[in-house]
Amino acid sequence: MSIDTSSAPVDAGRRLLGRVSSAFTSPKYGPVLVTLVLLVAVFLIGGSRYRGFVSGPVILNLFVDNAYLIVLAVGMTFVILTGGIDLSVGAVLALSTMIAASLLQSGWSASVVIPLILVLTSVLGLLVGLMIHVFKIQPFIATLAAMFLARGLCYVISKDSISITDPVFVGLAQTRISLGGRLSITASVVIALLVVLAAFLVLHYSRLGRTVYAIGGGEQSGMLMGLPVARTKVLVYVISGFCSGLAGVLFTFYTLSGYSLTAVGTELDAIAAVVIGGTLLTGGYGFVLGSVLGVLVLGTIQTIITFEGTLSSWWTRIFIGALLLVFIVLQKVLTARRR
Amino acid sequence: MNLSRMFSSRLFWPVVMLLVLFIINLVAFPGFFSLEVKNGHLFGSLVDIARNGAPTLIIAVGMTLVIATRGIDLSVGAVCAIAGAVACSIILGSPEPGSIGTVAVAVIAALLIALVLGLWNGFLVAVLGIQPIIATLILMTAGRGAAMLITEGQILTVNSPPFKVIGSGFVLGVPVSVVIAAVIFAAAALLTRRTALGLLIESVGINPEASRQAGVRSRGLLVTVYTFSAFSAAIAGLILTSNQTAADANNTGLFIELDAILAVVIGGTSLAGGRYSLLGTLVGALVIQTLVTTVYTVGIPPIATMVFKAAVVTAVCLLQSPTTNAAFGRRRRSLGRGRPGTRTAERASVS
Repeated sequence: MSIDTSSAPVDAGRRLLGRVSSAFTSPKYGPVLVTLVLLVAVFLIGGSRYRGFVSGPVILNLFVDNAYLIVLAVGMTFVILTGGIDLSVGAVLALSTMIAASLLQSGWSASVVIPLILVLTSVLGLLVGLMIHVFKIQPFIATLAAMFLARGLCYVISKDSISITDPVFVGLAQTRISLGGRLSITASVVIALLVVLAAFLVLHYSRLGRTVYAIGGGEQSGMLMGLPVARTKVLVYVISGFCSGLAGVLFTFYTLSGYSLTAVGTELDAIAAVVIGGTLLTGGYGFVLGSVLGVLVLGTIQTIITFEGTLSSWWTRIFIGALLLVFIVLQKVLTARRR
Repeated sequence: MNLSRMFSSRLFWPVVMLLVLFIINLVAFPGFFSLEVKNGHLFGSLVDIARNGAPTLIIAVGMTLVIATRGIDLSVGAVCAIAGAVACSIILGSPEPGSIGTVAVAVIAALLIALVLGLWNGFLVAVLGIQPIIATLILMTAGRGAAMLITEGQILTVNSPPFKVIGSGFVLGVPVSVVIAAVIFAAAALLTRRTALGLLIESVGINPEASRQAGVRSRGLLVTVYTFSAFSAAIAGLILTSNQTAADANNTGLFIELDAILAVVIGGTSLAGGRYSLLGTLVGALVIQTLVTTVYTVGIPPIATMVFKAAVVTAVCLLQSPTTNAAFGRRRRSLGRGRPGTRTAERASVS
C-alpha cells in the first residue's frame, strides 16, 4: 500500500467518515447512535425554546420521573433480545403496587414486603417462561394471560386506591440524595442505575448474557452449540418479572399509593423505549444502555410537552407512536441492507 | 356421528365450555333460558349475551382473518375509539343532530377513516414487512392519542335518536347490534368460504413466500384483511359509542383487542396462522360474554372477571399446545388408531 503523504490527512478523514457511516448503518450500532443523536437533538430543541431546559435539575428529574420505566425497560430488553415480548409488565407493576400498599396497610413491615413482592413477581415470570418454553405457547399470548391475571388480581385486592403511610416507604420516597448545589436524586434513581449496571454486566460479561444474544440470533444454532437455551429462555421471563416487581416498588416510592388501574399502557412505553433504544424486535441485536437512552428520549419528549403547556398530554402518545414507526422502519432498512 | 371424530373436532372443547357455562347459569338462575317479548322486543339473558357480545364478535371476525394470515391486529381498540370520536364530533358539530342524514354522514365518515387506518396497517405489514404485532402496536399507541385529539380530551355526549338506534335499537324484536353482527359474520363466512378467498388467506398464513411464488397475491390479501379488521373495529366502535351515547377516547373499546383475540383463540384458530374457523370464533365470543354474565349471576364480584379470563386463556392455550397434542397423539397411537400428529406440532418442529 503506497499512500502519498500529502493526501494522508484527507485519506484519514475519509476513513473516519467511512467508519462513522458504517457504524450508523450497521444493524448493531446504527439505531443506538441514531437514538443518541435524537436525544441530543430533542434536548437542543427544548433548550432553544425554553430557558433553563438544558440544566442539571431537569436532566436529573428525567431520571427521577422515569426510574421505574428504566427498570421495566431493562427487563424488557432481555426478553426482546431473545426475540420474545412481554406484555404483562404494566399489569405486574400495578399488581406489585397493590400488594405493597395492601400488605403495608395491614401492618406488615417493609423489610418483608419488598422481598416478598420481588419473589412473587419472579415466580409469575417463571410460570410465564415455562408456559412459553414447555408448552410452546407464543410469548405474546402467554404474557397476555399473565397480564389478565395480574390486573384481575389487582381488582381482587382492592378496587380503590390505597395510600401508603409506612415510614420506610415514605422515607425512601422523600429522601433526596444531594449531588451538590441544587442537584439531587432519589433512592429510586440509584436503584434503577444499579439495575442497569447489573444488566449490562450480565449481558456482556456472562455466559447467560451471551446465551441471550445467541438465542435471539438463532435458537436452533444456539441449541446445536450446546448452549442452555431452555433454561435461558425461561430465565429472561423471570428477569422481566423481577424487574416489573422492582419497578412496581419504585413506582410506589414515586406515588406512595397502590392503585389497580395504575400504569395502563406502560408495557407500550417499555417496548417503545427498548425499540427506540436500538434493540431489534427479532432479537439478537441491542444494548441495555440503548434502552436507557430510549427511556430518556421518551422522558424528554414528555418534559417538553409539559414545558409547552398548551400542548395536551395526548400528544405524547402520538409522538411515541410516530417515533416507534420511524425506528422500526430504520431497523428494517438497516437489516435489509446487511442481508 | 363418530365419537372419535367429535372429540378431535376443533369445535368440541369450545362448545363444551359454552355448555358448561350455560349449565352453571341455569343452576344459579333457573330462568336463564326464558325469552319473553315486551313491547315487541325480545328480552332475556340469552338476548343480553348476544347483544353485549356483538361488538366483540364483530371485531373477532376481522381478527380471525388477520390471525389466519399469521398476523395480529392490536389496534382494533384504538380504531373503535377513533370511529366513535369521529362520529360523535360530526353529530355534535352539525346543526341537526337528530336527523338521519347527519347520522348517516357521521357513520360513513367514521367507516371511511377506519378504512384508511386499516390500509395503513396493511401497508406496514404487507409492503414494509414489519411484524404484525409491532406494526399494529404503533396505531394502538398513537390511535388513542388521535382519538383524544378529535374529542379534544372531552367525553362527547350525543343526544341523537337515530344514532342511538345502532347500539340499543331493535329490528323486528331483535337488537340492532345483533343483526349487524349477524350480517358481518354471514358476509365474512360467505365471502371466504364460498369462494377461494379463505383458502388463499390460509395459504398466505402457512407460507407467504411459497404462496406468492404459487401466484397468490399475498400483499393484496394482507392489506385486505387488515382493512377489513379496521372496518369491523369501526362498526363495533360505533355500536359501543351509540350504546353509551358518548364517545370516550380513553375507554371506548379498551382491552377489546384482548377479548377479540381470546375469542379467536378459544374458537380453535391457531395463532400460528394457516387455519381458521369463523364458527369457532362465534362460539368463542359467546363463551367470553357468557363467562362475564356467569360471573354476575353466580355472585362473584364482577371485578374478578379478568382472573377468570386469564384462567380460560391459559387452559385453552395449554389444551391447544403442541406439547399437549403430542402427548395425546402418543396415547392415541398406542391405542392403535392414531393420527400421525397435528399440523401445529409438525409446523412447530419445523420452524
